[in-house]
Amino acid sequence: MARRTTTTHAVVSTGAAWLVGLIIFFPILWMILASFKTELEAFATPPSFLFFEWTTENYGIVQERSDYMHHAMNSLTIAGGSVLIAMLFAIPAAYAMAFAPTERTRGTLLWMLSTKMMPPVGVLVPIYLVFRDLGLLDTRTGLIIVLCLGNLPIVIWMLFTYFKEIPKDILEAARMDGATILKELAFVLTPMAVPGIASTLLLNFILAWNEAFWTLNLSTSNAAPLTVFIASYSSPEGLFWAKLSAASTLAIAPILILGWFSQKQLVRGLTFGAVK
Amino acid sequence: MSTRQTRVLGRVLTAPSVGLLFVWMIVPLAMTIYFSTLRYNLLNPGTEDFIGLENYVYFLTDPAFLASLRNTLVLVGSVLLITVVLGTGVALLIDQPIFGRNIVRLLVIAPFFVMPTVSALVWKNLLMHPVSGLFAWIATSLGLRPIDWFAEMPLFSIILIVSWQWLPFASLILLTALQSLDEEQKEAAEMDGAKAFSTFFYITLPHLARPITVVILIETIFLLTVFAEIFVTTGGGPGLQTTNIAFLIYSQALIQYDVGGASAGGLVAVVLANIVAMFLVRMVGKNLET
Amino acid sequence: MKRFLGALLGAASLMSVSQALAETLTIATVNNGDMVRMQALTDEFTKKNPDITVKWVTLEENVLRQRVTTDIATKGGQFDVLTIGTYEVPIWAKQNWLLPLANLGADYDANDILPQIRAAVSADNKLYAAPFYGESSMTMYRKDLFQKAGLTMPEKPTWDFIVDAAKKITDKSKDVYGICLRGKAGWGENMAFLTAMSNSFGARWFDEKWQPQFNTPEWKDTLTTYVNLMKEAGPPGASSNGFNENLALFNAGKCGMWIDATVAASFVTNPKDSKVADQVGFAMAPNKGLGKNANWLWAWNLAIPAGSKKAAAAEKFIGWATSKDYLQLVASKDGWANVPPGTRTSLYNNPEYQKAAPFAKLTLESINSADPNQPTVKPVPYKGVQYAAIPEFQGIGTQVGQQFSAALSGATSIDAALQAAQAATEREMKRGGYIK
Repeated sequence: MARRTTTTHAVVSTGAAWLVGLIIFFPILWMILASFKTELEAFATPPSFLFFEWTTENYGIVQERSDYMHHAMNSLTIAGGSVLIAMLFAIPAAYAMAFAPTERTRGTLLWMLSTKMMPPVGVLVPIYLVFRDLGLLDTRTGLIIVLCLGNLPIVIWMLFTYFKEIPKDILEAARMDGATILKELAFVLTPMAVPGIASTLLLNFILAWNEAFWTLNLSTSNAAPLTVFIASYSSPEGLFWAKLSAASTLAIAPILILGWFSQKQLVRGLTFGAVK
Repeated sequence: MSTRQTRVLGRVLTAPSVGLLFVWMIVPLAMTIYFSTLRYNLLNPGTEDFIGLENYVYFLTDPAFLASLRNTLVLVGSVLLITVVLGTGVALLIDQPIFGRNIVRLLVIAPFFVMPTVSALVWKNLLMHPVSGLFAWIATSLGLRPIDWFAEMPLFSIILIVSWQWLPFASLILLTALQSLDEEQKEAAEMDGAKAFSTFFYITLPHLARPITVVILIETIFLLTVFAEIFVTTGGGPGLQTTNIAFLIYSQALIQYDVGGASAGGLVAVVLANIVAMFLVRMVGKNLET
Repeated sequence: MKRFLGALLGAASLMSVSQALAETLTIATVNNGDMVRMQALTDEFTKKNPDITVKWVTLEENVLRQRVTTDIATKGGQFDVLTIGTYEVPIWAKQNWLLPLANLGADYDANDILPQIRAAVSADNKLYAAPFYGESSMTMYRKDLFQKAGLTMPEKPTWDFIVDAAKKITDKSKDVYGICLRGKAGWGENMAFLTAMSNSFGARWFDEKWQPQFNTPEWKDTLTTYVNLMKEAGPPGASSNGFNENLALFNAGKCGMWIDATVAASFVTNPKDSKVADQVGFAMAPNKGLGKNANWLWAWNLAIPAGSKKAAAAEKFIGWATSKDYLQLVASKDGWANVPPGTRTSLYNNPEYQKAAPFAKLTLESINSADPNQPTVKPVPYKGVQYAAIPEFQGIGTQVGQQFSAALSGATSIDAALQAAQAATEREMKRGGYIK
């Protein structure tokens, strides 16, 4: 009896989940389909779903016109570098705030978030002047610094939340066993925090990957990431939806793949945590 | 629990982050405050004079200011509501034992991967366009009149696009939180004959209180500065119906190149964001307590 | 996790390989078709100039404009060659931000540049930018639909004719709309069209004393005609349609007429992109018998920022890209129909070009009939046809554009939109110190 309900339950939730997933994913699917159409077909009514003449000509054009690998590598370096450095600073801070909170912790957390309240466009000129004087314009270092600082509050916040979920008694038990703070961090806390760290890493990596204001305005060509690549396909004079779709598909492909790997990580982290 | 030793250690661990963020905040802030008191147009160099608070007066008396304040609040509020409610639903759904969970999960997160400009262009031209968009085709096929999204309900259209982009964020955070929810707790509750409904309200939801708070606060920070979606689709129009504070400051800074005005606007935005944050913290902040 | 981190670190170390430099020019340009073609032909330039390498920064118009303006105004020095519009040239030249171009090469022949375009990029008889392509606007229409409705498009249509024809052609049940016009808010979007239209109605932005003129009957007439025409004969969603949206609609066969940039002519007649390629006719932009047509004047130009350390190489490049030889080069690779139009008299005298581009004569006539120095029926203190070349215009134009876009969508009335436009413009002009 119990088994049967579970099976029905699984079937129903599987169906519902797939439906929801597909609805949410649909605009992207539509974009990917458009990337294989001709410009004329991408805009045709009635729209064609699968039965159109598939063409890879858009990808060919994009390939010919831009150095995709150059931009993708820049994106990888900038987004990856900024998130990793932010993690380096954020893990200790979030750890301290979650496990040894003081009366000032809450205030500090909120203050950190408030550093993100200035609309970037309001400080573009000051930052541009500072970057010019420090020689950071169009450098990957410069962009890593900006995105790292921009995302640091978010990284700390997310880690703080996840750390908070970890039951304190485990840590106290470890302490009783005479574990030092470092050991506690390395052997008790980190494994339990893996799902949280992984999802923080993933989400902030994506935030940095898609950050389109600073990356567009502070880079020229050497450090130009994929946002610049996209900006060279969006809204020219003339039809561009199929080509833009192809460029966008190329721009999200790397994170889709990364997302897939960190997916598995999330699940593994989960089972690990559940064992206790 | 916080002995002297842990307090000191806590400070040592937090100090680097705090220090970095302090520099990152104070340098641009100081420059912005200084610029906000100048007549400073990028296109008219050499005319920088001290003009006191004139830039603030100019920004706050802009007839667009009140409208954009309203639009900002409506936009942030609606997107928060939509993403948190739907995000909880989605998280609960994909936390179930389902076949192909990895794939479903990836499908759900995917909108977050797309750059705001691109998703706005895709929604505007391939989906919502009243003549050649997919929605229009569906409406006509059903014998209905296609909706002219950006003319009839411009702000709602933007809310829809932005919600679609931020739903994955809420879902993923809440999902990760759900996974740390004690299985035993849930089973025990079910054993007691608790219905799914009451399990949700008495066990799951309280457990999600903190992550939901965090989703709300982080999203608010980003939503207050939504800009690309508006720029690409409506350009702030028709009229002022989709102009928000961020767009208003953008038009000061990068259409008029009025650095003085944009600086003043930016500082006003910071003050407003702080008020919103204070309000939110008062509403949901108790979830942040230890 | 390890795999993920490993990939990132690996990528980071790969990136640190740097390259040796000859003289490298960084060129900022718009992502329009003609510029993309120029980018593809870079090798032809570097073959002749082996000591120069070229790096392209190709961006969409708005991003490019903000990027280039920020850089030049803060002396960031990121670019060696800039692509800028006719709007920027006089303003930037006045600030001494641009290097006058005097060494474009012996056979450059600056006198060959179309006079109106040349006027738009010169100050004090010095060339501050070299036009790469130029455009005006004209009426494009569907011959088949006109024939079906029993109409004949005159070469110089009046607004009355256009309004009447648009209504007759419209067949909403078949998704055919009499006329598609820009409606998306922006100084370069709906305001480019509406300002040009208002010129033909005898309106102007400012009087000689910089007083905004939206409270005049000419503007009311302009906006009323526009809104009513679009309500009766325009497509749904018009208030968010810009150049590209209308191009897509026209190419999909949904517009009877479209008044927009002359460059569109090569898009709508290209069978690969257009369903109606063989049915397109061309006419001048409409008039109201007041001596001015509703057409604008625009050119994208290459310029060198003042203080550039690579000015000589940059000038060499500009001389190459805007020369007569460059037109020959493009013609030999991609055919005459694809050469950048609207800059040189010699191109329009070239019989091969006339044959390949049936819209050539009309493009030339349109460009010649738009005078940036005397754009309106009544005198004005500013230069520019569909804009006023003052730094404040971008901001004002965008605000007014939002109001007019609201009038089109029905969110506000025509009178309210004009009133708001007048108030906003007065406010900005006071702030700019033009009026008290």
